[in-house]
This record gives sequence, C-alpha cells and structure tokens, in this order.
Amino acid sequence: MSRIVDAVNAPFAPVRAYFRKHRSFGIFVGVVLLSVALPLLTRVPPFDGIQSTNAWVNAFTTAAIYAMLAMGLNVVIGFAGLLDLGYAAFFALGGYTYALAASPFSGIHLPFWPMLLAGGIVGAIFGVLLGAPTLRLRGDYLAIVTLGFGEIVPITLMNADKFTDGVNGIGGIDKPNIPGILQFTLINPWPMYGLVVVLFTLIMIMIYRLEDSRLGRTWDAIREDELAAESSGVNTVIAKLQAFAVGASIAGIVGVVNAAKITIVTPDQFRFAVSISALAAVVLGGMGNTIGVATGAFIIYLFQSILLKQLNTLVENFNIPILNQIDFLEFQYVLYGIVLVLMMLKRPQGIFPARRRMREFAPLKIGKGGLK
Amino acid sequence: MATANATSSSAGRLLGSLRLPIGIVAFLGISLTVLGIDQFVNALTLGAIYALVALGYTMVYGIIELINFAHGDVFMVGSFVAMFISSSLLGNEGAITNVPLLAGSVLVLFALTIGVMAIVGALIERLAYRPLRRAPRLAPLITAIGVSFILQNVIQFFFGPTIVTVPQLVPIEWSIQVSGARVPLLNLFVIAASVALMFALQLFISRTRTGRAMRTTSMDRDASSLMGVDINRTIMITFLIGSGLAGAAGVVHGLYYGNTSFNLGFQSGLKAFTAAVLGGIGNTAGAALGGFLIAFIEVGASAFGYGRWGGAVVFSLLVIFLVFRPTGLLGSHSGDRA
Repeated sequence: MSRIVDAVNAPFAPVRAYFRKHRSFGIFVGVVLLSVALPLLTRVPPFDGIQSTNAWVNAFTTAAIYAMLAMGLNVVIGFAGLLDLGYAAFFALGGYTYALAASPFSGIHLPFWPMLLAGGIVGAIFGVLLGAPTLRLRGDYLAIVTLGFGEIVPITLMNADKFTDGVNGIGGIDKPNIPGILQFTLINPWPMYGLVVVLFTLIMIMIYRLEDSRLGRTWDAIREDELAAESSGVNTVIAKLQAFAVGASIAGIVGVVNAAKITIVTPDQFRFAVSISALAAVVLGGMGNTIGVATGAFIIYLFQSILLKQLNTLVENFNIPILNQIDFLEFQYVLYGIVLVLMMLKRPQGIFPARRRMREFAPLKIGKGGLK
Repeated sequence: MATANATSSSAGRLLGSLRLPIGIVAFLGISLTVLGIDQFVNALTLGAIYALVALGYTMVYGIIELINFAHGDVFMVGSFVAMFISSSLLGNEGAITNVPLLAGSVLVLFALTIGVMAIVGALIERLAYRPLRRAPRLAPLITAIGVSFILQNVIQFFFGPTIVTVPQLVPIEWSIQVSGARVPLLNLFVIAASVALMFALQLFISRTRTGRAMRTTSMDRDASSLMGVDINRTIMITFLIGSGLAGAAGVVHGLYYGNTSFNLGFQSGLKAFTAAVLGGIGNTAGAALGGFLIAFIEVGASAFGYGRWGGAVVFSLLVIFLVFRPTGLLGSHSGDRA
C-alpha cells in the first residue's frame, strides 16, 4: 500500500522539496490555487444548487475572516500556551476603530488602507495593556481575566453611547476602494474576496515565519515548561506579551476588514460566543498547527452556516411536524460545545495535530535502547 | 485546599481576624444608611443567591483546582428544573396562601430540585471532567466551557429562547414593617433559607467523615489516597453538593424573580465566580462573603443610576482582584498558583 503511495508521490518529490525550502512561496501558491478552486467548485453540483456563486464567495470571505481570527488566537493559545477567552474584544476594538474613522456617525472618512494598520496597532496596544498586568497569572486565572476583559469591552461599547451609539452600533461604514480603479460594493463580493485572500496569505506567511523565529521557539519553551524557560534566560513576560500583542493585532486587523465587509458594528457581534467559536476552531484544527486551525475554522463555519441552513430548508420542505419548529441555526452554539468537549476527551491534539504535539501525545516507546 | 483553611482552624482564625467581623458589621451599617432598607434587603437577597452559586465554584476549585465554567449553567438548569417541578409536577400557578400547603410545596420543591441537580452535577463530573483528571490543566477548563454551551442549548431547545415565568409560591403581599419600610417575607425567607444551607454545608465539611475526606483531598490528593480516602468518591460528592446548592439557588431565584431564561447562567455564573475569587477561591466562608459583597456592589450601582455599568464594575473587580490579590479577601491556599 505504502509502495503505491510512494510511487504516486515520487514525481512530486522535487516539488515538495522545493516548497519545503520556500515555504512562504508555497503558502502563496497554495492559497491562490485554493482561492481559485473554491469559487469554481461552487459551479459544480451539488454545491451550485445550494446558493449562487456570489453567495458562496461571500460565505468563503466570512469563513476566511473567521479563519484569520482563529489563526491569530492560535498564536496565543497554540504557540504560547495562554488561554485567551476574550479574544473577541480585540476583534471588536479593530472593528470600532475603523467604524469611528470611516462612517457617517463620526463624520470622519479616512481611507481604508491605513486604517487596516491602525486596527492592528489598536489591537496590539490593548493586547499589551491587558497583558502587562495579567500575564503573571497562570493558566486558568489568565483565562478568566481575559474572559472578564472580553465582557467589559462589549458592555462599555454598549453603554458609552455618546461615542458608539450604544446598542444600535455604528452603521453605514465606508467600503474600501482603490481610487480610480476599484470601488468595493455590497453587491459584488469579489473585491472583498480578493482582499481577504491577500490578507489571509500575508497573515499565514507571517505566522509561519514567526513560528520558526527565535520568538517562536521562545513560545515553545514557555508553553512546555515556563520555569525551565525562565531559568534558561528567557524573559517570559516579554515573550508572552509579544504573543498577546501579535494575536491582538491580528484580531484588530481582521476586525477592520470585518467592519468594512458588513458595514456595521454592534456590541452584540462581539460577545463571548465569538471568542468561543474561534477557540472551537483552534481546538478542532489542532492547537499550534496554523493550517490545521484555519481548516478547522473553515469546517466549523461552513458546517454552521451552510449545513445547518440546509437542514432548515430541508425540514421546511418536507414539513416534518415537530422538526420544522426548530431553527437549526441555533445549534451552532451546541456545536461549539460538542466540539470542545469531544475533542478534549477524545483527541486533544486536534484533527490536524501540530508535528510537535503529535509526538507529545504519542505514547512513550520503550525499545531495546531504553526510553526513547 | 482552603476549605480546610477556613474550617479546621476556625477557632484560631476567629481570634486572629476579629477585624473581619468588625469590617462586615461596619460595611453593613454603611450600606444600610447609604442604600436605605429596601435596597439593603434586596442586596442581601441577591447576595444569598450569588453566595449559594459561589460555594459550588469554590468547593470544586478547592478540591480539583478546576474553574468549573459550567457551574453557572448548572444554576440556570436548576432554575428550570425548579420551574418544571413547580408548575408541571406540583401544578402550581401562583402564590399559595395556605401556610402548611405552602411550606410543604416549597420543601418538596427544594428537595426534588437539589436532588436532581446533584445528580446532574455528578454526571457532568463523571462524563466530562474525570477522564481529564491527569490531563494538562487547561484541558478540563476548555471542556467545562463546552459543557456550559451544551447545557444552555439543551435548555433553549426544550424551553425556548425567551424568558420563562416561574410560579412565585410565596405571596409577595406578605410583609413585615421595619422602621417604616415594607420588607417582603419572601426576601427574608430567601435569605434565611440560603444562610441555613450555608451553615449546613459548613457543619458538613467540618464535622463529618466525608467532609474531612474532602478537606484532606484538597490538601494533598495523593497522600489522602494513601490514607484510604476514596478520591473519586470524594470528588463526586463535592460535585453533588456544589450542584445541589446551585439547584437550591435556582429554586430561590425562581421564587424571588418569578422568571428565568436559558442565558441566565453565563452572567450570574461569572458574577458568582467573581464572588468566589473575592472571598479567596477555595474558601467556603469567603465565597459566601464575596457573594454578598458582589450583590451590594451591583445593587449600589443601580441605586445610584449606574445599573447598566453593574456588570462592567463586577468584572473589573474580578480582573483587579485576580491581578493584585489573587488570594482574595479571606485568603486562600491556592494563592501560590496565581
């Protein structure tokens, strides 16, 4: 069996070797191929029957936004081993940054592109502000502090109505444009799709490069044994702050994109469930494995927004008594719950375990040479 | 861990920290004058509910160092179980004016809900937490979050996403006059019932064999296992009691507010957890104290017109305490971890 696999793989060996050497380019090629293949795939049955290609592209865009969020959270959880339960707060801060800088509500209309950066900076600043006093805490206490922060931000956004228009949120947010060339619209999903694909590629390359950097190895060390890392001269507080800042700035940038995509931000978009949905993607995909986490996010998003919706229409069409009263979309939350519980109990390394974790969770092999 | 701290040396503790009762009395006095008697009684009532929930958090944390994230939702499920028992099994619709009948109904309601919730809590422990006993610390916490989401959705599935009315068995007209203000008997009943349960718990932990097993297990699990303590049984009993108390809090919540909803657990759970942290997590007396404190802060905030900010204040307090005084007001044994 493995011989057949090897035979099939043999011609690709040079290609693989090339991409292993030039991983950033490999990611670029992979994402581009995927981003072309996905829309094409939606023209083929059974996918073309579900919704129009434009609707599909829109769904993929949202899925990619969600996947970027999960990748950012993965830096904090998977790399540095810090459980952040208030990740949606940084997402919210990015969104509100752009909303305040480019909407009729504030009367300011700054261009989108520099705001992308601003969203990242705002995220990073708040990440450091939250992290600086709290990162001394260990594990579960940190989780709860971030959870508290994640609740405080929407409550503040809700109640500071002078600046945020409270529950209504800020609507009519400007769409991005490239002056003279391209104006993004709500009707045409393609420009946003392109933007998200580019951003997705950049973020993924950045995260992979970070993982292999000195900082990435520092995070590994902290996650595996904080005390040992500290004794070996690692400044754990700074490294953890950097993890927080990187994660938060990714969430901030993605928040800007998300706000520009749906043109409205409200406090309710950023509740606890959002943080948990990202956590579910990380846990499902496999903590520490960037591609796995992105895939996990895609699986969860497509499952909840396509499959559950399909279930709804299916039940409606067949008019099954009790079942047609149920809105299956409400089950997305139970989906998160089930993912978290089952994965933790049955496969804590995720469906696509990071290479290092795979070794970690594998049972010890005791051979002739003793413990390996 | 600190369950032991709080109880085994309670005599020495009392002498050592006379400032605590003085502080409490002073605090109550100030609150009473600032809030007025109406709000004061409200705060005490709310505090009793928080305290009951906080006890479950603190007991579980004390014994297995797990932030049982699902505990707030166990409380929520308790309020629904109480609603179901009260309206469907006992057929209540509203207040009962016949005193013996009222007493009987309330007693049955408490007993059944506590029983059901104790079993639910123990089941959760058995299915979701026990397999992870030796896993990295964050694993059971993530599982607990998952359990919390599942509980919410199950309740939403059966009872819908809207607010559900609960029969208020104790007539709200019944009241006594205290220096010109009307204090409903319902509030007094809620406070009395909660305080009675808390005392029962303290007695149980400090006087019974099982209570002693709980204390030793929280101090050193392996050592107490060697001394013949059945660890699994002890942890399960902790969950039984904690969830039972959450069930009692659910009953009380229904009697007091007359409604409940599927998302009750998250916010009030987080507040109760804050209470547990405030009092010193792992410390049962501290949890009760923290519960009342949180309630006073919340009621105080709304009395001064900042009710919308109540939640933000409580969570800020949680963050501040965890960062600057993770051992809480009364101190806990687990402070070294934070």
